[in-house]
Amino acid sequence: MNQTAVGEVEKLVDPMLPQLMSIRKTVWETDDTFTIQLEKADHYDAEFTFLPGQFNMLYVFGMGESALSISSDPLKPGTLAHTIHRVGTVTTALSQMKRGDVIGVRGPYGTNWPIEKANGLDVCIVAGGIGLAPLRPALYSLFRRRRDYGRILLLYGARSPLDLLYRVELEQWSKLYDVEVLVTVDRSDSTWKGYIGVVPSLFMYIKLDARATIAMVCGPEVMMQYTIAEILRRGIPPEQIYLSMERNMNCAVGFCGHCQYGPKFICKDGPVFGYPHISHLFEKKEI
Amino acid sequence: MFIIQRRDFDILISALKQRGYTVVGPAVRDNAIVYDEVNSASDFPVGWTDEQEKATYRLKRRADEALFGYSVGPQSWKRFLFPSHVKLLSVVKKGKTMEIQSDASNEKPPQYAFIGVRSCELNAIVIQDKVFMNEQFSDPTYVLRRHNAFIVAVNCTQSGGTCFCVSMNTGPRVKGKFDLALTEVVGNGVHHFVAEVGSDKGAEVMKEVPHKNADASGAGVAEKLVDATAQHMGRTMNTDGIKELLFNNIDSAHWDDVARRCLMCANCTMVCPTCFCSTVEDATDLSGDYAERWRRWDSCFTMDFGKVTGGNFRPSSKARYRQWMTHKLASWINQFGASGCVGCGRCITWCPVGIDITAEAEALRKNSVRIEAEHSTGV
Repeated sequence: MNQTAVGEVEKLVDPMLPQLMSIRKTVWETDDTFTIQLEKADHYDAEFTFLPGQFNMLYVFGMGESALSISSDPLKPGTLAHTIHRVGTVTTALSQMKRGDVIGVRGPYGTNWPIEKANGLDVCIVAGGIGLAPLRPALYSLFRRRRDYGRILLLYGARSPLDLLYRVELEQWSKLYDVEVLVTVDRSDSTWKGYIGVVPSLFMYIKLDARATIAMVCGPEVMMQYTIAEILRRGIPPEQIYLSMERNMNCAVGFCGHCQYGPKFICKDGPVFGYPHISHLFEKKEI
Repeated sequence: MFIIQRRDFDILISALKQRGYTVVGPAVRDNAIVYDEVNSASDFPVGWTDEQEKATYRLKRRADEALFGYSVGPQSWKRFLFPSHVKLLSVVKKGKTMEIQSDASNEKPPQYAFIGVRSCELNAIVIQDKVFMNEQFSDPTYVLRRHNAFIVAVNCTQSGGTCFCVSMNTGPRVKGKFDLALTEVVGNGVHHFVAEVGSDKGAEVMKEVPHKNADASGAGVAEKLVDATAQHMGRTMNTDGIKELLFNNIDSAHWDDVARRCLMCANCTMVCPTCFCSTVEDATDLSGDYAERWRRWDSCFTMDFGKVTGGNFRPSSKARYRQWMTHKLASWINQFGASGCVGCGRCITWCPVGIDITAEAEALRKNSVRIEAEHSTGV
């Protein structure tokens, strides 16, 4: 056989091959949501770096992968963490992992929150439910250079007081970093002294400087639709609104086709989009 | 241009085999022309042709012994470059940790020589190149197969009933990206191939195949045959502003109409030479210490395609058909700079209920024009 007649291809990087990381710590945030901190478990020397808003594919042996937002501080080396809602097989398996258990990690993937663009502006962050997880790295990044920004507002809502994430941190953020934190719940309980109602209803309690505000939004699609309507009503231009979208992400590298949203691949063109890039599809059903 | 006599065709096949290629070409299986490993011209569909219409495919005898006297069958070359099932990873559990091996990048990939790649199909391969070798990531399974492939293209000398490559500007004449291109000339006592060399690899192989230079009239005959094919397309598609047509008609009532006929069977996506969607499956063996991750073809028509744990983003048939056609004819242009449709007509032929993408595009256009007219007259 004449081997030289057929071209040789150099060793290829396989984008589907995960690196190994081990569980350092699991913290339960609520009854069904937990944060796992990871540390490197293989020979890769390079520090795992990411930008706020990016996600990883986490692989559990024999069970499969799940696309999960990174929720830790991008500027603190070695603290990679994901806040995960326990809903499917992979996330349930992740929730049961013990310190030292090893998982596969591919990433980081996707676009990031426009931290640079927020320079000199007021920043209005709006989160619904687990949507706060991918926004937490953005908040940490803003705190790092707090004086470069004007007001920081965090409008956050969950189903009930028991479903609120990062409760201790929420209080710290408002004290230490001068964040105007407004929290609401859909259903209150006897302990709850805060707002009740859906996230967009929080806008009635705040005033925004329309020209000098940038908005970053993440939550269920319907919550984002009403939120963006509120933001637009306040005169904030569409190009100063950013949102993070969710779809079925299977490969995260643009091969599998599952996460398409009109002409966009959520995995590589998103998940963070400037609103004008998807506004024509945003109100449409089943895109 | 060169002329290769029919009797020397087997020498082309053996020259490729000697170079280590697995030679794949058309062959008759189960009353259809498919692509399979071939060893000599006798494995080809000698003297066969096909009749194609929506939801119809029949083989028929020709009056001659042509090797390529038919149009494209149910399979495309994607099944070789982008296999329907491929193992991505092997994982061995070792206590708390594991070892993961990339099978895709460590395999010894097959080295294919494809004989009989039509112009629409060559365009489809170039389109899949953009998917699997995108600006950020390359798929090893695809890259290894594609890089090694030797392509013998064939100009179509007859058009199928569902063909519309002329509308899509993808044929019938092959243009570039091949190693060799053949036009079959058969009848009146001649049977030969007018051959064009498209690469150095192609020129090397040609050295071993007996041939003579084609004179102007010899090349002209081949040219005329291909021109005639272009004149007899079974279908046409009006591509004027087609991207806008699809994007502006997300809410068209026509999607309900087509959803009432569509069975969601996914045949169109399986036969389409450019459809690339896939999913992964994870499995462990009985010991529980060894796992594999496989990739297989998927389709945007399946119920699970848009499913996430919290719900399904595309539960209705209407939305799934709209996704397929809008992706194929419109969003593909945004994503990859070219239409996802090459006009091969397979989705029309192999749709069990005879849904015809050219007719659906036309209906959408008529509906759209009617609605615009109603708006402008204030109705």
